[in-house]
Amino acid sequence: MSHGEPINKERKHCNVDFTLRTEYIEGWEAIRAAHRLVVEVPFTPSLPQRGYNNRTLYVNFSTNEIKEKPVTQQMKDIFIGGRGFGLWRLWHAVTPKTRWNDPENEIVISPGPVAGITQYPGSGKSLVVSISPQTDIPIDSNVGGYFGPLLKFSGFDALELQGKAEQDVILFIDGVKGIIRIEEAPLEPINSHVLAEVLTRMYAESEEDRINVSVVSTGAGADHSLIGMLNFTWWDKRRGCIRLKQAGRGGIGTVFRNKKIRALVCRGPVIKADMNHVVDFETIAKTGIKLHKEIHNNDPHQCVMRRNGTAHIVEIMDAYDLLPTHNFQYGSHPDTHKIASTVWQARCTQMTVDGCWYGCSMACAKGADGLVLKTGPYKGHMVTVDGPEYENAAGLGSNSGIFDPDYLLELNFYCDTYGMCTITWGTLCAFIMECYQRGILNLERTGGLDLTWGNAEADLEMMHQVARGEGFGLIAGQGVKKMKEMFITKGWGDPQLIRDIGMENKGLEYSQYLSKESLAQQGGYAFTNKGPQHDEAWLIFMDMVNKQIPTFEDKAEALYYFPLFRTWFGLNGFCKLPWNDVVPSNNSQQPEAHKIPEHVQNYVDLFSATTGIQITKDELLMQSARVYNFQRIFNIRMGKGLREHDRAPYRSVGPVTREEYESRAERYDKQMRDDIGIDPAGKTTDEKIAIHRKYRTDRFEKLMDVVYKRRGWTSQGVPTYARIKELGIDFPEVLEVVKPFLG
Amino acid sequence: MINVNGESMDWQDGMSVRDILKARKFLFPLLIIAINGSIVDAKAYDITIVPDEAEVKIIHLLSGG
Repeated sequence: MSHGEPINKERKHCNVDFTLRTEYIEGWEAIRAAHRLVVEVPFTPSLPQRGYNNRTLYVNFSTNEIKEKPVTQQMKDIFIGGRGFGLWRLWHAVTPKTRWNDPENEIVISPGPVAGITQYPGSGKSLVVSISPQTDIPIDSNVGGYFGPLLKFSGFDALELQGKAEQDVILFIDGVKGIIRIEEAPLEPINSHVLAEVLTRMYAESEEDRINVSVVSTGAGADHSLIGMLNFTWWDKRRGCIRLKQAGRGGIGTVFRNKKIRALVCRGPVIKADMNHVVDFETIAKTGIKLHKEIHNNDPHQCVMRRNGTAHIVEIMDAYDLLPTHNFQYGSHPDTHKIASTVWQARCTQMTVDGCWYGCSMACAKGADGLVLKTGPYKGHMVTVDGPEYENAAGLGSNSGIFDPDYLLELNFYCDTYGMCTITWGTLCAFIMECYQRGILNLERTGGLDLTWGNAEADLEMMHQVARGEGFGLIAGQGVKKMKEMFITKGWGDPQLIRDIGMENKGLEYSQYLSKESLAQQGGYAFTNKGPQHDEAWLIFMDMVNKQIPTFEDKAEALYYFPLFRTWFGLNGFCKLPWNDVVPSNNSQQPEAHKIPEHVQNYVDLFSATTGIQITKDELLMQSARVYNFQRIFNIRMGKGLREHDRAPYRSVGPVTREEYESRAERYDKQMRDDIGIDPAGKTTDEKIAIHRKYRTDRFEKLMDVVYKRRGWTSQGVPTYARIKELGIDFPEVLEVVKPFLG
Repeated sequence: MINVNGESMDWQDGMSVRDILKARKFLFPLLIIAINGSIVDAKAYDITIVPDEAEVKIIHLLSGG
């Protein structure tokens, strides 16, 4: 490996000298020479017709079997693609007893029928599905980068990975030559920013060909934790390096390494305009141009996504008291300006087009160039970091009391290259720090790590420990749920307090929004299929600020519509951001403006124009409802998915501690008077906390009742026979799962 | 006194829509604002004067990464 080698003088942009970036290419020929071919299978490359290839690829690393499987009409009608295909394949691969590290567990990657169109922004997503090491139920994680579309344009609607290899292997799919190979790879570097750089060069046939290669990998963190994630690359021609996008949630990277997969590499054809062979290209082009113009004209006055990406909301969340601070205790902090979007504007190189798939004019991905690392195995290296996105700034930053942008970027970098989910790391580190501050942990228990609020060096060292497989890092890498159980078992603190402040539900860590003052968002997190991720429903403004959904029935309607609507993106290969982070100029004049109705119609038109199947907005929701309810039943099949699994840690519902209550005493006292009907005068803080707790917990339980009813579920959270039949998912094996609960 | 999203707020003579946004720290850029049922154009927040006893709706569109 070389450090500081000249790359290409023409790649000097703005104020960052790209020529100084550390490169990792020296010696890759020797690494390749050590590969041993395990199996090679030819196939006939194809391009989709009307969005589908009508076949998926199955690879078993235990037996080295590689085969094609047909995509049936039923699969397309019921499961559409993406997450739907992943869940359907996974259902048939596992049993109720399967756990994440059993060989039959699978990782399924599927982009969806509309994925890969280059005319409409945000159309290059893939969905990754597996049984999660954190939750023991199916996890789904969406990701950009080129791998999914290149897989599809090589000839497969999904990639199904099962079994375990004996040695570390690389799966190579050459969609140009029609070759699939499993190769033992004994000398490959482990961490993603190095490995993906090496493999891109190794498998591209020329410098120009690098853009047609995408690598899926993880890092050393996934080897020693349950929170591993997958990095999907695309080749950044302007910078001359790989870029990384993450399938972060739920530990899929851990499953990947447990199967001894070092990397997946897909080399696809050169991307052209209509590789999906859609039915109505004119409609797709017209719809795309309309949104491109809208982004061009409106984004500079709206969310400024092209310049700031999702980090534009850091200071906004702070202003609304929603930015998680010190483990979700508070919603704002005086130092937030140090990690606000203006800071990232200065750190991220502008004037380059940053899209994780062709044709995305929203281009929210941002590269922070020129970061010189201060710690760890790459200390002194100059790297490009993707991000930070909002979740990273809030999770790795404010939630742990870290407001130093250099350290925040370094945390972001190491999470990525070690293959660990930034959201998960942010929430688990915040939990650890609060435990440390409250004496549940101490120097002896952390092995000498002084994990006080804001200690970024200790945070980084804990992360390096995970990657090295040693010390307290090994405990941290188990995630919040297992840490809670361990701390309680060891008698390290008040069990109730530990349960209340450990922000996980179903075993997955919360993403980075404060939900205490929005009952609808409490449900939006806890009633999710996979665990508390905001990609089902983000309702805080509607509920807390707008007061648009005051009744339980209003909230339930929102918790019916939005999870279904947003599920649909993951069936088809879409990114959510172009739906609601820019809006048409006349949106405010439209009925139900909060749904961005013109954009919803765009999606209806895109699906119909791609597949030739004419759908409506109602059918769009039904497509999602089939998959959403199937996933709920899949959870039940795995021993979860019931009411008891939808309950939330109290920190997400209301104030746990005196400090929390007293920091917002005026607000909470007013609520006690106006909403609960009790005069707070003369009551101690502990008494007031208890009154709030009973009131808020009762409301949460009532919301669950009303939401379940609206979704067509029993009071235990089981889809009813009538709902299952209405959706057309009344397969015998599905009915068998719900029968013990429905009679 | 005016009502903003169901909550009372002190009114001042000459108060503009922008003044309400500042007072409430409403920084989010995707808003739909209506005064007594009439939508206010986003370009007119500075010059639109809010009358006393107005019913003000400030609808924030969805956000969240």
